[in-house]
Amino acid sequence: MDYSQFSAMIPELIVLGIFILVFLFDTFAGETARKADGMLTTVLFGLGTVAIFFTGCMPKECFGGMYVNNHIELVLKCILNLGVFIVLVQSLKWTDTPDMKLRRGEFYELLLATLFGMYLMISARHFLLFVIGLETASLPLAALVAFNKKHNESAEAAAKYIMTAVFSSAVLMMGLSFVYGLSGGSLYYGDVANAVAEGPMSGMLIVALAFVLGGIGFKLSLVPFHLWTADVYQGAPTAVTSYLSVISKGSAAFAFFIIFVQAFGAVYPDAWEWMLYAIIILTITVGNLFAIRQRNMKRFMAFSSVSQAGYIMLGVIAANAIGMTSMLFYILVYIFSNLGAFGVISAIENQTGRLSMDDYRGLHKSNPWLSFAMTLAMFSLAGIPPFAGFFSKILIFTSVTASNSMALYMLVLIALINTIISLYYYLLVVKAMWISPEEPVVSSFRSSGSERFGMWICVAGIIFIGLVSPIYGLISKLVTEDAPQLLAWLG
Amino acid sequence: MFGNILIWFVILSIVMMAGLGICRNSSMNAIRAVMTVCSSALLALAVWLCVWFLDLRAAGDTSEMLFTGSWMWYEPLNIHLAVGVDGISVLMLLLSAIIVFAGTFASWKINPLPKNFFLWFALLSTGVFGFFISIDIFTMFMFYEVALIPMYLLIGVWGTGRKEYSAMKLTLMLMGGSAFLMLGLLGIYWHSGPDGQLTWNILEISKNASIDPSWQRLLFCLTFVGFGVLGAMFPFHTWSPDGHACAPTAVSMLHAGVLMKLGGYGCFRIAIYLLPQAANELAWIFIILTGISIVYGAFSACVQTDLKYINAYSSVSHCGMVLFAILMLTQTAMTGAILQMLSHGLMTALFFALIGMIYGRTHTRDIRQMGGLMKIMPYLGVCYMIAGFASLGLPGLSGFVAEMTIFVGSFEHADMFHRCFVIAATCSIVITAVYILRVVGKLLLGPVQDDHHLSLTDATWFERFSTVTLILAIAGIGCFPNWINETIQHSFVPIIQSITQAAI
Repeated sequence: MDYSQFSAMIPELIVLGIFILVFLFDTFAGETARKADGMLTTVLFGLGTVAIFFTGCMPKECFGGMYVNNHIELVLKCILNLGVFIVLVQSLKWTDTPDMKLRRGEFYELLLATLFGMYLMISARHFLLFVIGLETASLPLAALVAFNKKHNESAEAAAKYIMTAVFSSAVLMMGLSFVYGLSGGSLYYGDVANAVAEGPMSGMLIVALAFVLGGIGFKLSLVPFHLWTADVYQGAPTAVTSYLSVISKGSAAFAFFIIFVQAFGAVYPDAWEWMLYAIIILTITVGNLFAIRQRNMKRFMAFSSVSQAGYIMLGVIAANAIGMTSMLFYILVYIFSNLGAFGVISAIENQTGRLSMDDYRGLHKSNPWLSFAMTLAMFSLAGIPPFAGFFSKILIFTSVTASNSMALYMLVLIALINTIISLYYYLLVVKAMWISPEEPVVSSFRSSGSERFGMWICVAGIIFIGLVSPIYGLISKLVTEDAPQLLAWLG
Repeated sequence: MFGNILIWFVILSIVMMAGLGICRNSSMNAIRAVMTVCSSALLALAVWLCVWFLDLRAAGDTSEMLFTGSWMWYEPLNIHLAVGVDGISVLMLLLSAIIVFAGTFASWKINPLPKNFFLWFALLSTGVFGFFISIDIFTMFMFYEVALIPMYLLIGVWGTGRKEYSAMKLTLMLMGGSAFLMLGLLGIYWHSGPDGQLTWNILEISKNASIDPSWQRLLFCLTFVGFGVLGAMFPFHTWSPDGHACAPTAVSMLHAGVLMKLGGYGCFRIAIYLLPQAANELAWIFIILTGISIVYGAFSACVQTDLKYINAYSSVSHCGMVLFAILMLTQTAMTGAILQMLSHGLMTALFFALIGMIYGRTHTRDIRQMGGLMKIMPYLGVCYMIAGFASLGLPGLSGFVAEMTIFVGSFEHADMFHRCFVIAATCSIVITAVYILRVVGKLLLGPVQDDHHLSLTDATWFERFSTVTLILAIAGIGCFPNWINETIQHSFVPIIQSITQAAI
């Protein structure tokens, strides 16, 4: 075996290296030294991200094409790393609590393990590697959801998560076994694509597509596979919830894109465009309508993230290079906006244990900076200029209408009307903070240094990513190099 | 980039925000200083631009847009930050600068959170200025939305009455309009030229003129409705009375004075100019709707008792007139539309400023509970009368010039349909006189209704300052309308040309 091919996997190796270092440190360090777990992981991870950004820039593949690390994968990995870095920074205060003393190391190890799995999902060009990545990502996440072991809700959420994860994997495997049959015994995306393009449209193909879509749909919490989302988001520790809502979603969305465009690209207009069309409408609308009634902030963010997943999927249905770029850009912006909101939620939760939207009333009187950050995050999520969310939304809409098909214009119209609904509930939070005349429920406090640092990163991202266009330009440049090969099957 | 004068409108607004950002919330004087300096600078810049523009035109420069500049922004989609002005935009910039200036003085004593108030106010003005200087529809739309969202907090936090309801209603309706608009603009972009030469630039799109007629019809409806919502077109006007009634003084001024003009300007610059064929075919639908706005708004104003509601409905009527005149597609009527925008902007701003000042003293806006204010506060009373006379079209003030031009221009159409609607619209002048004189009679003349009012004081220096600025501008337009005509006449050439070409 040629071991040199492992050099293609630099991002994975770096994450694995950090994982091992943290594990060794946590095992052998003394009780006092172990307190540095969090800081150590965060710093190492930050350095690792920089290293990935600068070293991995050459297109590579290994294991006979099962694993590919092109520009586009690298871009996404860097984007996800940025998100994980912010999550790590934001959770430093939480992992510092006495309650976490014995479990601090595990938190970081499990987090890195799931990230490793997501890397494999992103880079896979063979369904077997994809499934391995998916499972590696799911199982540690279930343990993370259960991390507040003294809370019943956390345990309940973990049980729900693991059940749906296992069930969705089973559905996915069923679909893959159909795919295996169709392709004549290969699970490479390329071979599947050949078989799909040459063979006739069959009922079996439709069933296989539906199963694969359902299986990944669970991860992405697309409607109607979203039912676990709110409970799990509510029960999990807030750091894990924020991780679930951005990192897990971003990687699954990208894997979804790669699989459908690479393996099933040939039947885009015949088979899965319409499935996806219906699912996007459902996801955006149902997510929005359910979010309106939520009072618990974590449940609120859960439904908001369901509908945001629908918007991310618009980049898939566009099926062109602009769509792909805009999707990556959307994920990047979404990371900043959502983590900005979660940063505020967790700061308030750590301080007071309060999570209801009613507790945010009059917040600007006691904590003006937190209200400011939350307002920006809400505006960005709702797509209000000049904040980043506006640009990501408008660019993704532009990509969808590129083909000038009336049906896709209708889809954009529905999505646009939904942004108005979403604006309503995002404004509810703003209203609670700024307009409600009541005296503040949360008394004035000073957030910890790490929390403030995390918040500043998010605020800076929200304000500048949209206005500074070279970021989009860079993503676009890298994507354009891969696009011809990626989109070849769409014809 | 910084050599272009137009960019400085946006830069100054951002400087204003940054300046406010470093002020402390408690130091009212610092905040006032920043606002006064920056809004005066904006006004000076607008006047300078106006003079410079007229000089260039007098020197024989007849190109469509002057001071153009274009900088690549989002390269993959060919999005530019493109700026340029013709006579219409110059006047709109001047109007906005005047109202921002007057609005600053009208909210001299804003409370609570003065810093936050002015921050959002400055963001709003950034959007407004950015909108009028853009000739790239992407950046235009971006600035349009920038101008809309601060309204939510401005009304919600500093407003009065049912402010939460009104703020939410206004924001959602305007954003709903911009959803249709967005779709229309995307359609225009993807049809803006042959493959590989797609563009967001208004000038290039109109030059290519390649949009397929069936698409034009759809896009025209989308964009006209989108901008029409902000122009308070029936039946999408319902946000306007509630929103204006609950907004704080300066916000009402800026909103009725400038923001509603964004609607008319957008209809003119995008819907009519870029989609002339559809404009010829489908103008009748919107003539009906705006005709209803004019008459219905005027009648509604007659039965209201809240001063702000009266003016909000009168705005619906007057802004309906703007859209109505634009849809006539003749040069005279369009000139009238621009005059009406200016006139209505100044006059409504004056109205809302005065109402804010009166309300600040009497603590009521119900005309049944007030009377004889002319004896108590003669200065404010006289100002209110001037605003009222401008509104009902007294010669010598701005309203007369505008309405006269509109009706003369509209009468150029000889067919039954147009004639009927023009006559109906003309009748609104009479209705306007009814509601204006009713208010003047009850509010200013007659016996004093409430003895507490006897102890009230007249306007303070900063209030006088803000009203005098506006009255001078109103009388200026009314007495010397010709220079405005000279400023804008070149702007209609390409538009009328594309409309007549499309008609053939």
